[in-house]
Amino acid sequence: MAVVFDRTKGLTSKIFHYCPGCTHGVIHRLVAEVLEELDVLGKAVGVAPVGCSVFAYDYFNCDMHEAAHGRAPAVATGIKRVHPDSVVFTYQGDGDLASIGTAEIIHAAHRGEKITTIFVNNAIYGMTGGQMAPTTLIGQKATTAPYGRDAEHCGMPLKVSEMLSTIDGAKFVERVSVHNASNIRKTKKAIKKAFEIQLKGEGFGIVEILSTCPTNWGMTPLEGLKWLEENMLPYYPLGNFRTPGEVE
Amino acid sequence: MAKILMKGNEAIGAAAIKAGCNYFFGYPITPQNELPEYMSRELPKVNGCFLQAESEVAAINMVYGAAGAGARVMTSSSSPGMALKQEGISYIAGAELPCVIVNIVRGGPGLGGIQPAQSDYYQATRGGGNGDYRHVVYAPSTLQETVDLVMEAFDVADQYRMPVMIVGDGMTGQMMEPVEFKELKKRELPVKDWITDGTKGEREPNIINSLFIDPQELEDHVNDRLEAKYRIIEEKEVLYEEYNVEDADVVCIAYGTTSRIVKNAIAECEAEGLKVGLIRPITLWPFPHKVFDKITDKTKGLLTVEMSTGQMIDDVKIAIAGRKPVYFHGRTGGMIPNPNDIVNEIKKIAGGEK
Ligand SMILES: Cc1ncc(C[n+]2csc(CCOP(=O)(O)OP(=O)(O)O)c2C)c(N)n1
Ligand code: SF4
Repeated sequence: MAVVFDRTKGLTSKIFHYCPGCTHGVIHRLVAEVLEELDVLGKAVGVAPVGCSVFAYDYFNCDMHEAAHGRAPAVATGIKRVHPDSVVFTYQGDGDLASIGTAEIIHAAHRGEKITTIFVNNAIYGMTGGQMAPTTLIGQKATTAPYGRDAEHCGMPLKVSEMLSTIDGAKFVERVSVHNASNIRKTKKAIKKAFEIQLKGEGFGIVEILSTCPTNWGMTPLEGLKWLEENMLPYYPLGNFRTPGEVE
Repeated sequence: MAKILMKGNEAIGAAAIKAGCNYFFGYPITPQNELPEYMSRELPKVNGCFLQAESEVAAINMVYGAAGAGARVMTSSSSPGMALKQEGISYIAGAELPCVIVNIVRGGPGLGGIQPAQSDYYQATRGGGNGDYRHVVYAPSTLQETVDLVMEAFDVADQYRMPVMIVGDGMTGQMMEPVEFKELKKRELPVKDWITDGTKGEREPNIINSLFIDPQELEDHVNDRLEAKYRIIEEKEVLYEEYNVEDADVVCIAYGTTSRIVKNAIAECEAEGLKVGLIRPITLWPFPHKVFDKITDKTKGLLTVEMSTGQMIDDVKIAIAGRKPVYFHGRTGGMIPNPNDIVNEIKKIAGGEK
């Protein structure tokens, strides 16, 4: 019988621990497929975050390094500086990257560190049980924002891609989403582009991926996808913010 | 090789490069700035990489990445910056990676001051980071000993796969002394087959990690891997200098810069006919407990001298286990102990006035 679909070589056979309907799994697969298609699994080193995707080191079928919360870009910097020919990526949530790790991500971008960052924005702290993230939307309830996020009290949700696109060293910045099939395809394209830019040695690349957390949003997986489309897309517009060529 | 006159911070850098350290990640802070400055000048010449990080937190995490990737790597800082590095040091210890960390200690707490101090003893030996971990801590007292130990530190780090810390103070960093870079006696170093340099399709992926979510797995990791090697280190890697310990009326205990001042005080006491011994820990961890067994009934008391309000004294008390009274003399905040004050303390103990 002909095989029409197989697990990408970029993933191990370990079963994901993610909640049903969580889009972390989809994003893992896209990254893994890109690594396989670019034929770089043998020189890839991934840096896992602290967050729901902390066990990413068990899933990606390449060398992996588990970082402290928010420090993945610094760890990736150390790896890349030692092995400039390796393909180094970080995989980070929005608490990890946009809160505790803001200094690390901004300065990795600022130095034009030749790494690729996969930034999973689900507007909440998943792993610790649904606390407010810097990316939590206005009015959105979280366990530490039980009355809904109030801009007067804790500011407006942080737009990471817009912020990073003001930095010269960030050569590729794109925001995508995985709430439906056509957007999943676009997400994969963006991830591929970001890795290609690393391979060409052009500088820092980040793909911000809007993602769901049905568990902590208190929704079914389908409601989660719809909520993302209706609430996150208007505040976090999809699109490319920077591509080499436009930068210079 | 001929001796050359060098400033402490630069001598540390030169020793590191001689030991094969090609990567340095740091952040400016007085009184250690000459070390990163030296590395920024010299590392490019050996195809290495110096990078000024955005913070000490980032610097130690770059070290974490580079160590995982197999490099001989170093970072340095001074007290407030070293406080920020503790998170990374705990991860590096947990993930069992080698690296060398230099703390040129200044007075604290808080922003404190910029003058020499020894008030980071607890931080260095008790682990300022979280969890059950240890790392070797060297406290050299001369620049020659500093360069010897910096070179040795890289081998020790590789042999045991752990961070090794060099503790100096503003004096060590800023003073100039002649140094000679000697060949190290070779240690058997394990092959680094665990590094993240890409599988090249030839092996299973390597994973650098300090997370063990299953409690039994974590206990096994801590006991069977970490504790087991800490016991070996306590057995094999203790370094200290002892002087006249068995025949002393008073035994002084001091490390680093302070030990040099104490030696002057001892010479003065001897000129007056007093018998004074010295124990100078060179490794603060593992602490030289066993040498304290040599202290005889003849000794009236111990005097611990530190540039702090008394931190190493805890280890001295553990080592002497209540057999003898332990007295303390210290200056802090960047103030240097005066040999005359130490002489007076020694005399009081010897004369039974204390
Ligand atoms: C220094 C530190 N602070 C806090 C935590 C606890 N913690 C673990 S995961 C997490 C947030 C993760 O949220 P996010 O990055 O958004 O990822 P998600 O779980 O949503 O994928 C926090 C605060 C930690 N492990 N370390
Ligand atoms: S808690 Fe949220 S982000 Fe974490 S696995 Fe579950 S659904 Fe995904």
